[in-house]
Amino acid sequence: MASTQTQSFAKRFKKNRTLFFMSLPGIVYKLIFAYLPMLGLVIAFKNYRYDLGIFGSEWVGLKNFRFFFESDKAWLITRNTVLYNVGFFVATTVVSVLLAILLNELSRKLIKAYQTVMFLPHFLSWVVVSYIVFAFLDHDNGFVNQALTSLGFDPVSWYQEASRWPWILNLTNLWKTIGMQTLIYYAGVIAIDTGYYEAAKIDGASKWRMMTRITVPLLVPLVVIFFIMAMGGVFRADFGLFYMVPNDSAFVYSTTDVIDTYIYRVLRTINDLGMSTAVGFYQSLVGFVLVLASNAVVKKINSDNAMW
Amino acid sequence: MSNSAASRFSWGKLALHAFFVLLSLCFILPFVLVLSISFTSEEALSLHGYQFFPREFSLYAYEILFKVPETILRSYGITILVTIVGTFLGLLLTALTAYAISRRDYMFRGVTTLYIFFTMLFSGGLVPFYILVSNYLNLKDTIWAMILPALLSPFYIMIMKGFLEQLPTEINESAKIDGAGEWRTFLTIVMPLSLPALTTIGLFISFGYWNDWWLPLLFIDNPNLFSLQQLLYKIMNTITFLSNNPQMLQAGINLQQFPSLSVRMAMVVISAGPMLLVFPFFQRYFVSGITVGSLKG
Repeated sequence: MASTQTQSFAKRFKKNRTLFFMSLPGIVYKLIFAYLPMLGLVIAFKNYRYDLGIFGSEWVGLKNFRFFFESDKAWLITRNTVLYNVGFFVATTVVSVLLAILLNELSRKLIKAYQTVMFLPHFLSWVVVSYIVFAFLDHDNGFVNQALTSLGFDPVSWYQEASRWPWILNLTNLWKTIGMQTLIYYAGVIAIDTGYYEAAKIDGASKWRMMTRITVPLLVPLVVIFFIMAMGGVFRADFGLFYMVPNDSAFVYSTTDVIDTYIYRVLRTINDLGMSTAVGFYQSLVGFVLVLASNAVVKKINSDNAMW
Repeated sequence: MSNSAASRFSWGKLALHAFFVLLSLCFILPFVLVLSISFTSEEALSLHGYQFFPREFSLYAYEILFKVPETILRSYGITILVTIVGTFLGLLLTALTAYAISRRDYMFRGVTTLYIFFTMLFSGGLVPFYILVSNYLNLKDTIWAMILPALLSPFYIMIMKGFLEQLPTEINESAKIDGAGEWRTFLTIVMPLSLPALTTIGLFISFGYWNDWWLPLLFIDNPNLFSLQQLLYKIMNTITFLSNNPQMLQAGINLQQFPSLSVRMAMVVISAGPMLLVFPFFQRYFVSGITVGSLKG
């Protein structure tokens, strides 16, 4: 019995051999670059020393985690990460839905022009964006401070005042992502059956009424999907935005430091590998649970939109 | 619904256009500001600050940059090399992996898909990855450190897989009857048919490599290997460091040696400008990639 099974396995494998070899480079690649690092998570439970290596270093149990969660940093960076993600989602959704609806009122040719212009920032890296922001916010020469002083106000030390950064980062993120998001919602708007509008017109509905009673309700499913996807990623921050745009200025960490920038800094400047791994583990684990949960919710609402 | 209305003039429509023109300005003016700074003389900049129109037009910044073009040219070379090699290898690996798991008759289809998909959901995080690349693979300060870690994205494999699954299965069957092996079917039939997907994903991969500063930030310290993005980052970083630590200036470091304001912005123009003119032509691919990206496992 067992031998026939292995034989048939060998036979089947022979038939599938070429496909297996085709996928082998990808499998080996993921083994090295994705699965080996997962094993490296044991560093979170060790006092890592370069000379002793991963397996030679001493076990310390949950000390790294305790050290992190007992510091005030744990709450601060978690709060910042979650709040920024929520803020980004609300701002992007409200503005892009509005723009998508307004775009639909224009003629096709101009829509294309406006969309292309709004899409431009998408092609920039965060490094380049940080230069653009700097041109506006530089203390001595920046455009904003120039404008403020010429209007009789005092200049602001933007890179040293933490309270300004929630606004700056929300605005910067909006500027970079709104073009793409508007396009997605615009596609949703033009997919709406025109029959609804014709019927509403016959009934004498105003434009405003059509927008609030037809367009927006029909966009809700799309918004819900994006909302749940955003919730799945609420523990992940876009490192470039939070590291590059504030120029890694230590004065504003209280409002710009997120989980990803904190992990990077603990690794590169404080050089505490054990704790840095522990924070990464915390992020990965909560992120994993959130993705599973959000997918389960999507599945319940509309299984076509679930990831699996 | 707005077809008949579009041809008619109305105040509402005019207001709408005014709104979108203003909005477009919000997207264009930041670029204008950077351009304007790069074309303004140093004196005007320190006197009047950054303006949307050069107070005193000057090519000084560009003259400085092109007097010693080696740094920028080398960085351009590094970025181009990384982008070309990374895109070629990445696309090849993506296509091969996706093809195997897109075949419904492949015996390891389910297992392999799960194996790839799981890497989207969970990761070891930054530190183990960092130690792996720098201490175990010894890629630090090599060009491969900027290429290998970003080679194969599970997202692109899933997009590619989704595309390949839509190809009719008869292709494989008829090829088999004609006596073509798997490799020949893949190379001469499947790949040519997948050109639209390959273009989109290839563009995504190359865009990622071109704009990448993350891998250089982690693994490259050798100035001879600085890509464009890293060169820009390093310049900004040095200046921030000096302005946060003014005592360093008194310790004999001469700020004059660092690129001045206009030169910095000219660097941004030279390094980001060309691609900003090229990428918008491919805008529709970027959009289709997102909408196709309903990532069914």
